[in-house]
Amino acid sequence: MKARSLVLITAALVLLGGSLGYVLHARERGGGQRLVAAAGSFTLDEPGLYYRDSATGRVARGPGVADGPSCVRFHAAGDRALCLRALPGTPARTQAVVYDRKFTELQSVTVPGIPNRARVSASGHLLAWTAFAVGDSYAAGTFSTRTSVLDLRTGYLVKSIESIPLTVDGARYHAADVNYWGVSFAADDNRFYATVSTGGRTHLVEGDLRAWSARTLRENVECPSLSPDGTRIAFKKKVSTDPAAPWRLHVLELAGMGEHPLAESRSVDDQAVWLDGETLGYALPGQGGKGTDVWSVPADGGGAPRLLVPGGSSPVAVAAAPN
Amino acid sequence: MYLATTGRRPDAPSRPAGAGRRVPGTVVALGAVSLVTDVSSEMVTAVLPLYLVLGLGLSPLQFGFLDGLFNGATALVRLLGGKLADRGGGRHRTVAGVGYLLSALSRLGLLLAGGAAAGIAAALAADRLGKGVRTAPRDAMISLSAPPEELGRAFGVHRAMDTTGALLGPLVAFVVLWATADAYDAVFVVSFATGLFGVLVLVLFVPAGARPAVGVKPVADVKPAVGVKPVADVKPAVGVKPRPAGGRTGERGRTGKKPRALGDPVFRRVVTAAVLLGAATIGDSFLYLLLQRGLDLPALLFPLLPLGAAACYLLLAVPAGRIADRSGRRTPFLWGHGALLAAYLVVMAPPGWPATVLVLVLLGVFYAATDGVLMALAGPVLPLDGRASGLAVLQTGQALARLVGAAGFGAAWTWWGPRPALAAAALALAAALVAARRILPERPEREVS
Repeated sequence: MKARSLVLITAALVLLGGSLGYVLHARERGGGQRLVAAAGSFTLDEPGLYYRDSATGRVARGPGVADGPSCVRFHAAGDRALCLRALPGTPARTQAVVYDRKFTELQSVTVPGIPNRARVSASGHLLAWTAFAVGDSYAAGTFSTRTSVLDLRTGYLVKSIESIPLTVDGARYHAADVNYWGVSFAADDNRFYATVSTGGRTHLVEGDLRAWSARTLRENVECPSLSPDGTRIAFKKKVSTDPAAPWRLHVLELAGMGEHPLAESRSVDDQAVWLDGETLGYALPGQGGKGTDVWSVPADGGGAPRLLVPGGSSPVAVAAAPN
Repeated sequence: MYLATTGRRPDAPSRPAGAGRRVPGTVVALGAVSLVTDVSSEMVTAVLPLYLVLGLGLSPLQFGFLDGLFNGATALVRLLGGKLADRGGGRHRTVAGVGYLLSALSRLGLLLAGGAAAGIAAALAADRLGKGVRTAPRDAMISLSAPPEELGRAFGVHRAMDTTGALLGPLVAFVVLWATADAYDAVFVVSFATGLFGVLVLVLFVPAGARPAVGVKPVADVKPAVGVKPVADVKPAVGVKPRPAGGRTGERGRTGKKPRALGDPVFRRVVTAAVLLGAATIGDSFLYLLLQRGLDLPALLFPLLPLGAAACYLLLAVPAGRIADRSGRRTPFLWGHGALLAAYLVVMAPPGWPATVLVLVLLGVFYAATDGVLMALAGPVLPLDGRASGLAVLQTGQALARLVGAAGFGAAWTWWGPRPALAAAALALAAALVAARRILPERPEREVS
């Protein structure tokens, strides 16, 4: 008994010492990724492709100036940038930070979950973000999302748009399992498009913020992204039950509701962005299974995918300053 | 000795049955192993989604896929673990130890895999494999090391310690993440060290070989003493009721012929009842979701709901086990499911904090009165050298039934909406309860009268 206790105590001390040593080492090393503010010289004033640099976790301006704030997801338009961060620790929390063009922090909101999608309306007045909530999914293998909308003109924040009255196929719809994600705003700063999922199906939903209502337009549309002219929606369509490659990028013409697949044949799990009126940008898993790369593909279904930034995600084309 | 502790002696300090006796050292040691191991595994569970989605940039879908990938396989591995533990007799500790070690090593796998998805999948598979393999031999060891009339309390003590570990794990993970600014690798290292410590406790403090309760001599004695034959003075009160079949436990074990657990009519009835009730169980997360929606609970507080239920379970596990020892395990097992039924009904009532607290308490009662109690109920029914595989069959049957129940409820929720689905679930559970009351043998383990 004595000997056994001695062995146990010795082992406990060794294991405890080893763990403590590693923790201290990790602390010294700087742990995971620290939250870093943008360098003073880093602004949105220079037009070009901005993205998140995987190596540093910071926002970069292509090619290669990664002096922006650290974000997990990033989007910018008009005079505003939106940065989603993961706050340290568990349970997961997402901090949505609003910046002006000089990356001065204007406002920040903390919601539960893991950062997932970020969008700013073209004017910069409306912001939306989605967090992937862990722990409240009620069917194994699926996840649940929470989407927030912030109106900077009024300061009004909807932490979860789940309660918006929803019409599915023309009938008022009530269900506890509705999930929204991937908002894309129209130019009028009132209408928006998003994905709603319920009963195991996904729909394209058109929402009206002022009227506070939403209706489904079409099934099997995820992560819509409205073109700058407001006529087309790029989205990921589920084309396969293979969990390794379920989606393919498509573009939907809103006028006739006709859709066509894009030249990108790999499965894209991202909310695409319009880099201009004819080109889409998106992230794909990087070579060797690590990180992501930014790619682009023509929106008309022709051409071929092109690698824009190795080791990047959250691409966004920033225009010159409005005035 | 036995009579003295049941309170027949009026001058004795008024203690509930069994209180005067200490829980067998093996049970406490196994509880300590479970506590330490659960700290190790729950700290990884708490950070895994963060690590995979944030640290490695996996999409939520990929994460869900990885997470769900091995859950089904666990059930089959458990059967295998039970079989291996029973073969040759007294291999419980070895099989359980391999399971614990495998899970501990899987943390190193996570660490070494870096970002490679295949490596992570392999590490997660090793963890699930370890979890599946060790459960049945561990419960068999508990049921073999405590006298049958105290099994309820023994399992209660074990489950309380186990739950303590599960509650501590996320806390430790939080501290490590906080101290290191989100270094997930540090969490894996601490979890590995903790897991290894658990294996060490098992090796040092849990005697090898399945032994009859309170028996002093190990393996060699198992064969002759196969009949549930604990200490001499306990025996008359607790002896296994002679079955018409002729001494279910001893004889078959002695002949060396492999006993088929499901061949025993009494055990079959226990499994049937557990499966029936399991299939009428909807899964706690549904209840938590309904509570959250009803209360409009801030999402940040959502993780506290399961914590509340676990805390109740922790507090009630030992008392429930004691009650089970005194009243017979059938009664608390049925009442526990009654508590679950009550929880369904309360969730349907107008939402509010009292209702929420009540539901959490009822869930705690449900687990306290059923989880360990079922093992205590089934253990003595099974022959010594078929106990691990028998318990594995029971656990797997129950787990699969619950899976079916949750899936069915999910479908009902989708088609009918939450309230009608809940009403249907309550009806199903009530029906299952009535049936289980008939099916479950009155005195499966030959209770003290």
